Formats: sequence, C-alpha cells, structure tokens
Amino acid sequence: MRLTDDERSMLDGEQGEAVQAAMDLLVRYGEVLGAERLVDTDNVCGANIFGQRQMMLCGASDPDAVFSEFSLDSPRPVEITPMKAQSYQLIGPMDTQHWQVQGLSQEAHDAIEESESYSARHGIHLMNTCTPYQVGNVPVKGEHCAWMESSAVVYVNSVLGARTNVEGRESTAAAMLTGKIPYWGYHLDDNRFGSHLVEVAEPVTSSLDWGLLGYYVGEQVQEGVPVLDGIAEVPNLVKLKHFGAAAASSGGVEMYHIPGTTVEARTVAEAFGPRRPVQTLRYGARERRQTYEQLNHTARDSDVDLVMIGCPHATLSQIRDVCRLVQGRKVHPDSALWVFTPRAIRQVAEQNGYAQILRDAGALLMSDTCPAIGQFLPKGTRVIATDSAKQVHYLPAIMKVQGWFGTTEECVNSALTGTWQGSL
Amino acid sequence: MGEANTVTLRGRGLVGGVVEGEALVTRDSISGWGGIEPTGGRIIESRHELSGQSFKDKILVFPGAKGSSGWSGMFHMSRLAGSAPKAMIFNYMNTKIALGVVVTRVPAVTDLDQNPLDVIETGDWVRVDADTGTVVVTKGGRPGGGVGGPETGAEKAATGRPGKEVGGHDD
Repeated sequence: MRLTDDERSMLDGEQGEAVQAAMDLLVRYGEVLGAERLVDTDNVCGANIFGQRQMMLCGASDPDAVFSEFSLDSPRPVEITPMKAQSYQLIGPMDTQHWQVQGLSQEAHDAIEESESYSARHGIHLMNTCTPYQVGNVPVKGEHCAWMESSAVVYVNSVLGARTNVEGRESTAAAMLTGKIPYWGYHLDDNRFGSHLVEVAEPVTSSLDWGLLGYYVGEQVQEGVPVLDGIAEVPNLVKLKHFGAAAASSGGVEMYHIPGTTVEARTVAEAFGPRRPVQTLRYGARERRQTYEQLNHTARDSDVDLVMIGCPHATLSQIRDVCRLVQGRKVHPDSALWVFTPRAIRQVAEQNGYAQILRDAGALLMSDTCPAIGQFLPKGTRVIATDSAKQVHYLPAIMKVQGWFGTTEECVNSALTGTWQGSL
Repeated sequence: MGEANTVTLRGRGLVGGVVEGEALVTRDSISGWGGIEPTGGRIIESRHELSGQSFKDKILVFPGAKGSSGWSGMFHMSRLAGSAPKAMIFNYMNTKIALGVVVTRVPAVTDLDQNPLDVIETGDWVRVDADTGTVVVTKGGRPGGGVGGPETGAEKAATGRPGKEVGGHDD
C-alpha cells in the first residue's frame, strides 16, 4: 500500500506509540484488502466501551492495555493519546439509568462507567446509539467516513450518499487516532452502482413491509447492491432504518438504491450506471410470506415474556406511536415492554411526556444499549416479540429464546395481553 | 507432486504462517457477532449449516463473512479465549473478513485457483502455508491415519487462556 510522508511518519512512530499501533493495524488491514492507499476521514463511529469480560480476557484492568488489545489489536499496551478525528461511540453495553434492570452488578456498572469516561477523556463523543444519524451525526453526500454498525453504514451510504465500508472495532479505533481508513470498497465510485434489480410487485407501506423486503433482499443479494424498482410510496426514516438493518442482517448489504428516493440515483438506469444487473429478482406475495415465515421460525409458544421495540434505536415518532397504543392501559403482569432509543431522544421523550406515559403503562424506556448488544433479558424470558427483522434475526441466536416478528401494534398488544396474536 | 490423495491449491496468503489441521467446511457465509459464540468457538446462527459446531483448532473453510460489523471483534475475542480456528480459507473478500483475519492472527488464504468449497470436505487434512499462499489437502483425513501425526513446527501457539466465560457487546 502506498503511504504519504505523513502516514509513513505515523508508522515510524514519530507521532507517538498509539498512532503507530493504529497505523500498523491500518497497513496490515489495507494490505489484506488489497487497498492501494488510505483516505482521510474526519467522521468515525466505533465501539470502545469495555467491561469486566474484556478486562478478564486481556488479563489487565488498565484501560490503556484494554484499549490497546481490543481496539488496536496491539498486544503490547501503549498509552492512548487523544483521538485525532471526530469520533463517536456507537451503541454500548449499558443503560446508565436502568443498569440494574439489566442485572448488572455494581462492579460491572462501575467498570463500564469508567470505560465510558475514559473514552470521553480521549475525545470520543458518547452518543451511545446504533443510529448516530438520528442525533446529530448526519454525514453529507461524498463524505468519507469510517463507521461500524451495519445498519448505520447501509443507511448513510444509501440514503445520504456518504462513503463508508462496514468497518470493525479495530479499524475504527485506528481511524480515530490517525484520521485515515483504507480507500477501498464503497469509498470508490465504481463500487457504488447497482448489482441486482429487485422488481417489487407487492405494495410496501408499513415498517413491517419494509423489514420483510429488506430481509428478503439481503438473503438474495448477499453482498450486492440492490436496486428497488416499483416502490410506489416514498418511505420515511423509520422504514428505511428497518429495511437497511434487515438487509444487512440476512445478507451483507452495505448500499442500495431506491431510484427517486435515495440520493445517488434518480432513475434505475442511473442506479446501475455502466453495470448490467447480474440478476433480476421479483418480490411478490409468495416471497413476502416465505420471508415472514423465516423470521418467525423460532417461535412456537404464544405467551410473550418481552416485547422489544427500538432496533435500530427508536425515533421520537416510534416512541409516540407506542405511547398511543399503551396510553391508559397496562402492560400484562407476565410480560414486559422495553423501548430502546438514543439517550438524547430519551431526554426529548421525557420533555414531551412520552416517557411518563410509558412509565404509567408499566413499560420501560431504555437507552444506550439493547438486549442483543448488552445480552440481557428479564429473568426467565423464553419468548420475545419485536417489530424488528434484525432483532428477531439475532436475539434468538444470542439469547436462546423464541422470537415473534410482527407489526409494532401486534407487538405492543402482545405486551398488553401477554399473548401473541400476530399474523400476516 | 505429492501423494495420490492430495490436492494442492494456490492463492493469495493474507496473514502469514504455516499450520495444518482438520478441515471444517461450510457453504454458508459466517456471521461474527450474533453468529458465533467466541468462548467455545461455536456457530450459533440458528439457520446455519454448522449451527452448534465449533471451529476451535479447525481449518475453517467457508465462502466469507457476512452480517454485523462485530465480525472482527468476535473472532478477536475467540483468539483471546483460545478458541480461534487454526487457519481460515475463504472465497469472498470484504472488510469484515479482512479485519477479522488480521486480528485473529491465524494463517489465512483466499483467491485460490480452485474453489476450496468444491475440493475440501470436512474431515480432510489441510496444510495451509499462508506465506506462499499454498493449501495442500489430504483427502479423507490425517496422512498415515490415526491420531498423533506430525504437527508442523511453524504452527502458532495459542495466545489466549481457554475456558473463560465471555461475550461481546459491539455490533
């Protein structure tokens, strides 16, 4: 890989040990990719909040040592210097308000809190959400970014036209320290054109519809760049958030086009540019039903122990929708309703009275984390329900529970009645 | 060259080193975060062909990496837990697998001149030389049969401490 004089000086250690370790990682990574060079970035989203498990595996509690190993792949501990690029913490392991509900011990809480403050001291903005684009980090078209979080990557690439690959913890931490990331993949014009044409023959309107379509498309195109044709109704942020998260879970979709809606293509022809579709897929009633059945394949028992809303983290509009469904009613004593949102949005929800409506109904408004990331559920949970195709893809595998997938209304109703009654 | 029941593949070595071991082969791409449990190196994705099986100490042969951006983080953790595969052989390059093989620090090879998924079967004995990008497959298991056959001197020592209860939190 070709390095500039500045990058060479980083690699040679002239800008400190932490920057050197970061550049070493970027060079090893870039060479495996086959990247020709690095590109400057000043917008990095990563995940560097650690707890007791990482300390144990690392055999050290010193935060520099833990960061060196887990964030920079440097077995030799180095002193971590302030982040050079604008750096943002993604979703993390703990809700700082409801950590006891998560079942965390005081010691586990303290370790995570210490790690958060270590990140803050090093210049990492504590956004603590999988949806930074909801709370102030809205990259512009053409901006070179280095983001983790597959659902956020597909959103900013496709909807906003920013440029990032799905990065990992080590590459984003290295980008934070150096302001560099390999110039590869979706940073290059040629890789951003469509690969598969998806003829959407079924109306796609609700969030559930968009989750189903995303899950189907991801499974079909895997790493491809799908182009959706036949979308009659312009989707909003919530629907695209569900669509991209689902497509990135069942496959590896990092970029898609909805001509006329997403920013890089006004027409199908523009979406494909010089490429020809490698395959044309048709999404009809049969594909929709099969996808619904796949998403519900782990579920058997209709007694629902937990309803999870907010994957990716809920918008204020989703919180309001849940409030309208629960207002004046109570969550069933044998069930629970947890809504997840960015910390900043929880504050607005508090100001608007939504948080109080949820409390009155016996629901919980959580932030900073989610059950899959933090690996927690109410004690004894066997069956969950969620309106997120992504969450129902992951949570049963991670937490060994059954998972129902349905509309937000079906999910919330199952928390109110304790019983799943959803259907397609 | 080589014995009648061996096949040699040539490709691009990514992370250096030489190792040999038993192959574990899947035609399904692998998810890292939410797809594996790093302590035991087990595949946990419910609809995966290898669901429930462990890749610990195996030569993992698979199409590539999919899913969450926590891929590298999970395989990184499997190394620290002593549950990483011995080597990785795969077809499709992306950022998840690239960063994953770098931080797992095991020999890795891609761009092979024959599709490894067609040539290698679970249980075959495989020697991976990632310094030269060469993969030698002995069909049907370890040469000479039985246990206790020769191990290559260049094999990397496990760097982790096995048996710790771990999980991960980054997507």
